[in-house]
Amino acid sequence: MIRLRAVLLEIRNLKTYFFTTRGIVKAVDNVSLSLDKGEVLGIAGESGCGKSTLAYSIIRLVPPPGITVDGEIIFEGKNLLEIDNETFRKEYRMKKIAMVFQGSMQSLTPVYTIEEQLYEVFKYHTDISYNEAISIMSEHLKSVVLDPSILKRYPHELSGGQKQRIVIALSLLLKPKVLIADEPTTALDVIVQAQILNLLKQLQAKYGTAMILISHDLSIIAELADRVAIMYAGKVVEVAKSLDLYREPLHPYTQKLLKSIPRLREKIEKLEFIPGVPPDLRNPPPGCRFHPRCPYVMDICKKVEPQLVEVKPNHFVACHLYSEATTSG
Amino acid sequence: MNKPLVLAYRLAKWFPLTRGIKRALQRYPIIYARAVDIIDFSIYQGETFALVGESGSGKTTTGRLLLKLIDITSGEIYFDGIPLKDLIGYPLKVFRRQAQMIFQDPYSSLDPRFTIGASLEEPLIIHKITKSEDERKELVAKILEDVRLIPPEEFMWRFPHQLSGGQRQRVAIARALILRPKFIVADEPVSMLDVSIRAEILELMRSLKEKYNLTYLYITHDLSTARYIANRIAVMYLGKIIELGSSDDVIEDPLHPYTQALVAAVPEPNPELRFKLKEIKILGEIPSSVFIPPGCRFHPRCPYVMDICKKVEPQLVEVKPNHFVACHLYSGNKLYQEIVQGELQKNVKPL
Repeated sequence: MIRLRAVLLEIRNLKTYFFTTRGIVKAVDNVSLSLDKGEVLGIAGESGCGKSTLAYSIIRLVPPPGITVDGEIIFEGKNLLEIDNETFRKEYRMKKIAMVFQGSMQSLTPVYTIEEQLYEVFKYHTDISYNEAISIMSEHLKSVVLDPSILKRYPHELSGGQKQRIVIALSLLLKPKVLIADEPTTALDVIVQAQILNLLKQLQAKYGTAMILISHDLSIIAELADRVAIMYAGKVVEVAKSLDLYREPLHPYTQKLLKSIPRLREKIEKLEFIPGVPPDLRNPPPGCRFHPRCPYVMDICKKVEPQLVEVKPNHFVACHLYSEATTSG
Repeated sequence: MNKPLVLAYRLAKWFPLTRGIKRALQRYPIIYARAVDIIDFSIYQGETFALVGESGSGKTTTGRLLLKLIDITSGEIYFDGIPLKDLIGYPLKVFRRQAQMIFQDPYSSLDPRFTIGASLEEPLIIHKITKSEDERKELVAKILEDVRLIPPEEFMWRFPHQLSGGQRQRVAIARALILRPKFIVADEPVSMLDVSIRAEILELMRSLKEKYNLTYLYITHDLSTARYIANRIAVMYLGKIIELGSSDDVIEDPLHPYTQALVAAVPEPNPELRFKLKEIKILGEIPSSVFIPPGCRFHPRCPYVMDICKKVEPQLVEVKPNHFVACHLYSGNKLYQEIVQGELQKNVKPL
């Protein structure tokens, strides 16, 4: 893959497996992706496709029994997976790579005030004074449209939207270069969801942070992302600019996924859906993992696993339907 | 359309808040959370009626009221012409058979110790529908086939943990349908599911409606699924219906500022149509139903707020044919003025 863009983070052949008593769950299996400076990369897929595990692998917080067994994550010329834990915690996590967790509204401690929770970030990662920290915090709270007086409050006194804003402010406190947002708007109402998405968009532009946005909902991703990666059963099946992906989805899974979204602004008589269920990742089907549900299944799909290839400029797809196009090109 | 199956007349549900012993002894007045605060609507036979609103708008409470799962504070509900308020004994049991519910969370609405077959058999046993076990098994198998859990003989013996979210929701639908009800309240049936599975469940609900001649009340916060499945949409805000009309009218030509914001806030899969920041003018979040703002409930968040909004509560009136809105912005409308001039009783058609 030759790119002329400024690559900030590059994931190469990443494999994160969960070693459960009932078998090895290959949640992320040989995933390669790259994130450019200042870019928003969306990762979409059904639940259980490994998109969250991918995020946890980047920030090195894969819960046991999960282990990142192989691959490289290159960030600023270093392989993140080779850095020792202590250095990673001190120098990278929060400082350079921050994350807004799924269901992050519950990730605030109920027994500490917002101020105490935000100050902890400065205490562990920087040596600036308390007063300086407070002024940075107030500034960040203003940028997420919250009054700094909220610092003295406890999480239970705040609404869901306010908590989500605080979590976003918290993740951006040390001006990280990469922000990973895992389903940042689940459990929020539509209007609050729109407010939060707008906020993320503004902050991303303001700080120039590169962002990885993870969601099962392609419409949320379409609102923010420059590029989109579609994951299915632990694999990336398609990567493209978000407009290209919407206009001309190549992988049958992406095509089906786009057609199954109930639309507000267009009248659709009949929605399509993908029959069947995603495979068990302990024992994924041989060949292409989508083949049992694919309407265009061929013999080769059942035997050979398709590789992610560039079928059009900057449009990668892993599907045998396009293998002719690549061999002739 | 034909006659209304469900008619809610000045329906209200107020929940008293606990006072504590000291305040109770001091005869401190009881404070109420006004979850549903006097609404009127009717659901016609064979239609899908959607109640749309944010959390805390009272839409779920309305659904539970219609099924008599909680008692009415004031007002009345007529089901097929029968008032529900004082229904007891055998007639209540008959009503229970005719009106069923599909719950939001397929992970907690099924008993984990019951096989799917046992879960589906239970309503048949309670209502003494079948005489023999074979007959019951036959009915269960048939309903499983209806919700496309094939082969039914296999699914009957599975436990909920062996099924995916979409499959569990289909079991929940089967359980609601096994007594052959007329009316089904579906409370956010797809909100816990992935977008890709939602389509399948919505499609199933639509085809079952045709097959069994059902009437749905579809409760949701998601306007796009409401548009897909519903004939009419009512938008609720803080216990009031603020707009009601056919689903195309409400979504293509929203009248109330709140509905306009709701429509603008729905994310769009086409990146070319991304919403602009300026389109969402609504700030803040829905207030608590304990401290409802005076006048129009929406006025603290409304971008077009006027003096009158802070004092007078707007009534739900027909501004366009079959399109009702409760907003002072439309007070210049002829129909609206006629109603304000004391013509209220005569002009308002039953909704």
